[in-house]
Amino acid sequence: MERELKYIDIVEQPISMHPKKFALWLFMVTVVMIFAALTSAYIVRQSEGNWLEYDLPEIFWVTSGIVILSSVALQWSYYSAKRDNFLGLRMGMVATVLLGIAFLVGQWYSWVALVDRDVFFVGNPAGSFLYVFTGLHALHLISGVIFLIIVLISTFRLKVHSKSLNTMEMATTYWHFLGGLWLYLFMFLLLNH
Amino acid sequence: MATASVAHHDAAVHDHHDHEHHDNFITKYIFSTDHKMIGKQFLVTGIFWAIIGGFLSILFRLQLGFPDMNLEFLRPLLGGWIDETGKLDPTFYLALVTMHGTIMVFFVLTAGLSGTFSNFLIPLQIGARDMASGFMNMLSYWFFFLSSVIMFISLFIKTGPAGGGWVVYPPLSALEQAIPGSGLGMTLWLVAMTFFIASSLLGGINYITTVINLRTKGMSFSRLPLTIWAFFLTAVIGLLSFPVLFAAALLLVFDRSFGTSFYLSDIYVAGEALPNTGGSPVLYQHLFWFLGHPEVYIVLLPALGITSEVIATNARKPIFGYKAMIISMLGITILSFIVWAHHMFVSGMNPFLGSIFMFLTLIIAVPSAVKVFNYLTTLWRGNLIFTPAMLFSIGLVSFFISGGLTGIFLGNSAIDIQLHDTYFVVAHFHLVMGSASFFGLLAGVYHWFPKMFGRMMDARLGYVHFWLTFVGVYMVFFPMHYIGIAGFPRRYYSWTNFEFSNMYTDLNMFVSAAAIITFAAQFIFLFNFFYSMYRGRKATQNPWRSTTLEWTTPIEPGHGNWPGEIPTVYRWPYDYSKPGAAEDFIPQTVPLSQTPESNLPHEQELVKLELEIMKDEAEVLVANESKH
Repeated sequence: MERELKYIDIVEQPISMHPKKFALWLFMVTVVMIFAALTSAYIVRQSEGNWLEYDLPEIFWVTSGIVILSSVALQWSYYSAKRDNFLGLRMGMVATVLLGIAFLVGQWYSWVALVDRDVFFVGNPAGSFLYVFTGLHALHLISGVIFLIIVLISTFRLKVHSKSLNTMEMATTYWHFLGGLWLYLFMFLLLNH
Repeated sequence: MATASVAHHDAAVHDHHDHEHHDNFITKYIFSTDHKMIGKQFLVTGIFWAIIGGFLSILFRLQLGFPDMNLEFLRPLLGGWIDETGKLDPTFYLALVTMHGTIMVFFVLTAGLSGTFSNFLIPLQIGARDMASGFMNMLSYWFFFLSSVIMFISLFIKTGPAGGGWVVYPPLSALEQAIPGSGLGMTLWLVAMTFFIASSLLGGINYITTVINLRTKGMSFSRLPLTIWAFFLTAVIGLLSFPVLFAAALLLVFDRSFGTSFYLSDIYVAGEALPNTGGSPVLYQHLFWFLGHPEVYIVLLPALGITSEVIATNARKPIFGYKAMIISMLGITILSFIVWAHHMFVSGMNPFLGSIFMFLTLIIAVPSAVKVFNYLTTLWRGNLIFTPAMLFSIGLVSFFISGGLTGIFLGNSAIDIQLHDTYFVVAHFHLVMGSASFFGLLAGVYHWFPKMFGRMMDARLGYVHFWLTFVGVYMVFFPMHYIGIAGFPRRYYSWTNFEFSNMYTDLNMFVSAAAIITFAAQFIFLFNFFYSMYRGRKATQNPWRSTTLEWTTPIEPGHGNWPGEIPTVYRWPYDYSKPGAAEDFIPQTVPLSQTPESNLPHEQELVKLELEIMKDEAEVLVANESKH
């Protein structure tokens, strides 16, 4: 049965993609829709007035830098995997996981900074929205970190190499997506503030 | 079926039987990853919910039709919800209409319809062994099951289930002190819906992935049965709209349980001001209806797809305007996302925005009318075979027309000022979306029952069921138009307190009586369904003489659907009554090169190409064989 499915996949379906990768893309579409709904809700609500004005925590600049760095590290790790450079692969992965955790810690401190300037989760929706954006994004990022750790473990079992890159590619795609999503949210907040 | 096994090479047969699955009860019937079993699980759960949802509607119809009736006999079931005078508790009435709506829209017509037929038919009709991810598919059902359990429990708690209407608008749904139904019942509603959304998304991701990636050889998008097109587009709509409902529900959860003010502002309850400021209830309506309107098509499109298939098969004619059908479904898919605010004409939205949404809404009439015309022209001068499935499909077309026409009135923002939130709306959507989709579901069950259980349902009981239901539905919903035009609002507990509406007492009694008869008629179906499952006449391999792939499987397909290799597809699925052909149908698996007598000129040219491909394929197979 396996063999037949592969036969169909490879020979007869020019546009076909690895089904799990495809499913991951569809999942990312749903995440996009959640944040599209929330950010458009933000705009609609903002245009109605009674909107609390406050400065965004500066630490967002730092966390944005961290998220970009983590994507670079993961991409480097992916290229290493492609060339069967296992040391580079693992080092890149470990760096990405650490940077991912650093990002989450940074996001936590952004909440601390918000509380310091008297912007609370409960209160004017201007503040509540910021907590929802960062919190929901952080939840997704945690799922990304877990995914990365799973892949990292499988690299120690030598399951990731140039001939077996599917999970690695999926982890990379998902991680870049989450980083991009954060940059979108940050830019959105900078522009609609 | 000698022709069906053209691409049937023994090479693969023994390979497949090597890992035949030996399931025990739990892996076969409960935690199954087989798409056919999961489809049946969705169907049975959907039927269970349909009985509950229908029964709730009978309860509130008793109150509306017979306001003076003593409901003491329901006390064993409803307990404290019947007060000392034997009347239904008014807050429980609100819970009844809320739960009826929620159950019917989400649990019966979304999970019960899409869940059943997308799961069951997609792999069978596109020629795949199973869904792209059997595990995710199983997860999808069990999330739905969990959601069902939570929603079911909410029916029995002390404060009653959610009572703010199935749309659960804040502030009513956000404030516990507003009505009893906004307490624990509402919390359970939100939790249940969260799991439901997860279930729908898992299912939808799987359907889309499967349709795009796992089609068999030759099954191009222009050869897909219209059922698959409908399920595919339904899944796309769900994938894009359910996350938005999730976002709306999430903010509502924060408002309810954490004290935020996304939807709440400047509210006084019992003379005391609430601390919430700065929220906007209209924001919730925008978010909700961005799902809510596409949801209408999530419910309807699968039913339309099933109808296309059933009507073409039983009219023994190719579906009229195959491409036009696809284009109109695509049109409906796109339009469904840009009309949501027609549910909000009177919400205080900018009237100019209202006229834009009115314009977009009325455009939907175009693809809908194209579909209706195509159904009618397919039926026109066909060799009609009135199986129960065919009758239910024709019934769907009837409801789609009569309910669709009133949509044109409601879509008009000026007329909507009079008609909004009246029984006119209730009549409209129960015909065009509720009954039409329900008939699509029933047509699907009657038509694919032989494939699901290897036995036929009893046709005579099917006819009785159809006529009682068809006439019953019109008797229930047609009078509601008049009550609605008179201006009577939906969700009201009683008619009799208003001068303008107490003249409709007789009409309401009539509607309630018709509703009870229609509900009772569904038990004929239930008997037929469960009886035929064990005692029905044994089905033949292709009882409806249909062209699509599912009828080339064994009568009761096992794991992997086809023993041996998956058949290749050589033609579109609607070659019925082709001039020159010996039989009045040619299955999709018959190569054009085998039917020179019925090929059209352009098909004759394709024969050469087809023969070349078949030759190449044989070489690949031989090559694989030697590797093996």
